[in-house]
This record gives sequence, C-alpha cells and structure tokens, in this order.
Amino acid sequence: MAEQTIPSVEQRQAPANAKPVIRLDGVYKTYDLGEVQVQALRGVTLEIYEGEFVAVMGPSGSGKSTIMNILGCLDRPTKGHYFLDGIDVSGMTKSQLAKLRNQKLGFVFQQFNLLARTSALENVELPTVYAGIKPEERERRAMESLTRVGLADRAGHHPSQLSGGQQQRVAIARGLVNRPAILLADEPTGNLDSRTSVEIMDILQTLNDEQGLTIVLVTHEPDIALYAKRNVEFRDGKLRRDIVVQERLIAKEVLKTLPTAEEQAAEDAEDTARQEKLAAEAAK
Amino acid sequence: MDFMNTFRLALRALARNKMRSALTMLGIIIGVGAVIAVVSIGQGANYKVQQGIAAMGTNAVFIAAGSNRAGGVRQGYGGVKTLTVDDMNAILQQIPLIKQAAPSLSNKQQVVYGNQNWNTSVTGTSPNYFDIRSWPVQSGSVFSDDEVGLAANVCVIGTTVANILFVNEDPIGKTFRIGNLPFRVDGVLASKGQSSVGQDQDDVIFAPYTTVQRKIQGITWLQSINASAVSQQASLAAVAPITSLLRERHRLRTGTDDDFLIRTQADIEDLADQTASTMTYLLGGIASVSLLVGGIGIMNIMLVSVTERTREIGVRMAVGATERDVQSQFLVEAVTLSLMGGAIGIVLGLIGSALISNLLSWPTLISGKAIIAAAFFSAAVGIFFGYYPAQKAAQLDPIEALRYE
Repeated sequence: MAEQTIPSVEQRQAPANAKPVIRLDGVYKTYDLGEVQVQALRGVTLEIYEGEFVAVMGPSGSGKSTIMNILGCLDRPTKGHYFLDGIDVSGMTKSQLAKLRNQKLGFVFQQFNLLARTSALENVELPTVYAGIKPEERERRAMESLTRVGLADRAGHHPSQLSGGQQQRVAIARGLVNRPAILLADEPTGNLDSRTSVEIMDILQTLNDEQGLTIVLVTHEPDIALYAKRNVEFRDGKLRRDIVVQERLIAKEVLKTLPTAEEQAAEDAEDTARQEKLAAEAAK
Repeated sequence: MDFMNTFRLALRALARNKMRSALTMLGIIIGVGAVIAVVSIGQGANYKVQQGIAAMGTNAVFIAAGSNRAGGVRQGYGGVKTLTVDDMNAILQQIPLIKQAAPSLSNKQQVVYGNQNWNTSVTGTSPNYFDIRSWPVQSGSVFSDDEVGLAANVCVIGTTVANILFVNEDPIGKTFRIGNLPFRVDGVLASKGQSSVGQDQDDVIFAPYTTVQRKIQGITWLQSINASAVSQQASLAAVAPITSLLRERHRLRTGTDDDFLIRTQADIEDLADQTASTMTYLLGGIASVSLLVGGIGIMNIMLVSVTERTREIGVRMAVGATERDVQSQFLVEAVTLSLMGGAIGIVLGLIGSALISNLLSWPTLISGKAIIAAAFFSAAVGIFFGYYPAQKAAQLDPIEALRYE
C-alpha cells in the first residue's frame, strides 16, 4: 500500500467525561537565533483527557522535547494557547507558572535529577517545600509517596546507595508527592537496563490503572511506547500520528518472561565455564 | 516561601558540602578574627594607659609654662619664663581647692661616678612632689625642706641611674658628679618601670628645686607645677580660679592667650584615650581589608557553586521554585556562611587577643561595640557578595539548566 503523502490523524474515541486535562490549541513555537528562525512547533492541536497514558514519539528535531517543555509550563508558546486543567497558561508570569507546576505537574527525568548527599525522603519532599506545607505534614506526604512506589524502607538512603531503578522510583515518588493532575516523564527508562525499564513501566501502568493518574511520556524507543495506551508522533514540528495502541504490552506479564537477576547470574556463570573449557582444549 | 523554610533549606544545602563551606568561611573568619583581636588588644592597651594616668592621682592638676596648645602636654614647655615659685605659693594660699603643690624644672645632665657616666634628666622639685606622685623611696630618704632651703647638693635617684652609676654598690650616702657639681645620694626611688608611652621612668634624678635653679640651670623660673586638689571635682573646679590668678599675676590683658597650660587628670585621660582609639581603629580598619577579601572569596565560591548546581536549580524550578525562591535560597546561603564565619571569627579573635594580652601582661578588654560591628559587617558582606551569585542562579532558564552537563 502506497504511503499517503498527507499523513492523517486517525480518529480516537473521546472518553465520556469530555473535559480535557491538557488542551493545545494551534500552538506554534519559534526560536529566534539571530539570523535564523527555527520553527520547533507548527500549529499543534492536541487534547489529552484524565486517566490517559500517552507516549510522545519522534526523531530529534521533531518537536517532541519542545512539546514536553510547553506541557510542563517551562516554556511558552509563541502563538496559540495551552489550557492546563482548563486554565489558559499563555498570559501567566514566571511565578504563576512555577506555582502551577508545583500544584498540577509531576516531572520524571531521564537522568533522575535527585539531589546528591540527600536522603530519599528529603528528595521526595522537595516539591512540598515550595508548596508552603509544614515540616511534619511534608514528611508524612513524602513517606506516603515513597510507600506508593515501594521504597518506604529506603527512606533514609542517599542516591549513591540506591540502584538506578530505585533512584528513578524515588524520582517518581517525588513527582507524585503533591498529587498532581499529570505526570510528565522525559525518557524515564533511558538510563536503565531492560529489566529495570520494564519494572518502571510496571509502576507507571499501576499508577495509571489503579489511581487514574494521567501520564504523558516522551520516548524514542518503540517498545517502551507500547506500554502506553495512546501514541502520538511528531515530525518536523507537526503532529503526524495519533493512535490507540493496538497490542499493548502489560509490564507485569513481560516481567514474567524476563530472566531475574539470579537467572542472569547463572547464565553468566555457564558462559564463563564454557569459555574456559574451550580455551583449555585449544591449549592442548 | 517563609524565612524559616529558606533558612533550613540553605543550611541543608551548605551541610551537603561541609569542606567547601568551611573553606569559604575561612576568609571571613580571619578577617573578623583579626579585627576583633586588634580592637581588643588596643582597648586593653588603652586601659593600661588610663591606669597609669590614674596612678598619678586622680586629683592631679598639672600647670605648665608656655601656651603651646597644639597637641600634647609636652609641647607646653619651653621658652616662657613667667611661671615661678611665688605663683605656686599664691595658688596654695588663695585657692583652697588645691591641697598641695610642687614645682618642677628639668634638663639633661651628664652624671659621673668613678669610671661610670650617664646622661639623664635632672629635675628640681620639693619633697612633697613624691607624695603628690605617690612615689616612695625603696631605700634612704627624700631630701628635706631644710635641704631645699639651703639649696643643698643632695638628690634622690631612680633605680636605672642607681644600677648604671653605682653598679654593685649601695648608692646611699655616696657622692657623684652632676655636670661639674658634687651631689650626695640621699635615697633611691622605688621602681616604676616603663611609662605608657615607652619611657623609662626610673632613669631620673631629683634634687631640691632651689639647687637646680641656682646652681645647675641658673634660672629663677619654673617649667611646671604639679599640684593636687582636695578631690577629683575640686581638680576640675580649680582650673578657672588658677587661670584667672595666673593671668592676673602675669599681667595678661583680655584677648591675650594664657602663657601657661593647665591640665587636669581628666584632660590627660581624654588625650590618651583619643590617641589610643585612633590607633586602634586605624589598625582595625586595616584588618577590615581582610574582611573584604573574605567577602570576595564567598562570592567566588558561590559562583562556582551556582554553576555546579545548575541541574539542581533546574529541578527546583521544575518542581515549583520561583525566581524569588532560588534567589533567597542562595542569598541566605551566602549570609549564613558569612555570619557563621563572623561568629567563629569573633570567638577566635577573642581567644587570640586573650593569648596575646597574656604574653604582654595587658588586660583583655572585650569591646561589645566591636563585636556588634563585626556581626553587622559579616552579614553585610554576605548580602553584598552573595547578591550577584544569587541573581545568576535565579535567572537560569530551567530548560537549559536541566540540560546542563
């Protein structure tokens, strides 16, 4: 079948509660670099509803990072509007945006971005500090968040004492501590091995399924995108594809098929033994 | 975000890198420590000077011939011939506020005993001088009023003169030469040590003023009168009557300057105080330069810190820190560093000054003013030098900051 020259946005079914958590309306973003003007986004219109799990994909320069920056209220559209939970953020000052980020958004980064030499608990507490919450309440909420990701027993550990997967889980707990409307994840599995990546996707899927947390995730790995429910693709600053994931991966199932750490170690030991045997025979 | 919160955040941030925080504070610690030590030692020195002055007798009234008003008492001497013993007696008779008085005139003389010789000041006075100055003899006695009346060739000498001329002998009763004249030693004065201006107070010879006037200097006038009033208030109250009496006796017309100088205890104390204060604050000012350097140190380290923590700042902004939050945090960090450095500096400065004062056997005087000033300056240095790094931190673009390697 010939490729359509004009890509189309395939229809999805809008959920019953028709008010979107995220609404981008004709959003343009232009970067002025002196002589050259870079159009990072060209007229993007997008709606994301409560409870959705969306993966944003695209090659570099496609505008997917720019979209995440705008969704995260770290950057403002040059033209067009962004409605977050019904609020038009276009006219807001930097301080107002900061407050909004604090209340409504949770961030998870590829490189974890935890504070070094600081306990996991204190790391998770960080957003509550800027929310003006009292110290005792802050600690309580942070513990609650850590428990949700299963790391309550590591509350006192520093990032250097935690594995990559555990650090990312702390980062997720941090993102959740103010009970935001949306969790924005930028390549959350980029620095993790395959098994840990699936474990993280498991947590995200659980949060989405059981607690109805809206998740928007940027990734360049097609496999990771299959854990989401909906994939949107950007290319050259425009939204090209917007589809419901047909053969969704369920992390819990996938985990069962992957070798555990012990099985992995056993496999390595077998390999080493085989190598030595071959080397011994070659020496004869 | 309220202040307590910011303060706690700042403290935790500083605690994350204790070594760096400590090194950053070093400049302030040294600066403040130096200032506090210098001022405390200066105050102690001043106190010692004041004590020395007080030892002269709080009721002292000092009248010098000559009216050179520029600066210190010493410049009051010289050239003027109008102050006499009769003036002194008139004062004693007509001004009951004055209890007793002794005349004084001195110059340097070569003195010889055997094969030892020395050059020292020979002062002519009366026996009650040693009462007024609270200066006892350690052996022998002071010359008597009779010997004054006779203009006898007798004297009392200070311990330095005794040690130099009469090396291993007992000076009492021995005769030696002052200039070309033979003098007998009646007594040796008790040792007074160094004066507050570094002079050897034991390098002296006192003889009857009559003898010095007629036989040594050949003059009829005095250089100064050391008087003592009935009380400290009296000494202050006596200035005016003495002035008008002397002006009358010296036939000075209105409008002419006094041809004498009157100094009470209070005046001398004030002068010494002023001198000491000037010195102290001058040295303190110099030491303050190191405080400035400490501030520059803070600024540099904070700038480095901001650069190193670029990602961290990005994360804080992403999770909701406003520009103001970031600015306050770094500003508070800088001020905390400088205040802590200041506090440590104050403590070390006090310890240092106590040690040095011990060595020099001066009292350590803790100046509350200096401590408060040091605390204020530390805070000011922190705010001033912390401002620029805090601004830099606050103005970071969160997106760039999060991408920073």
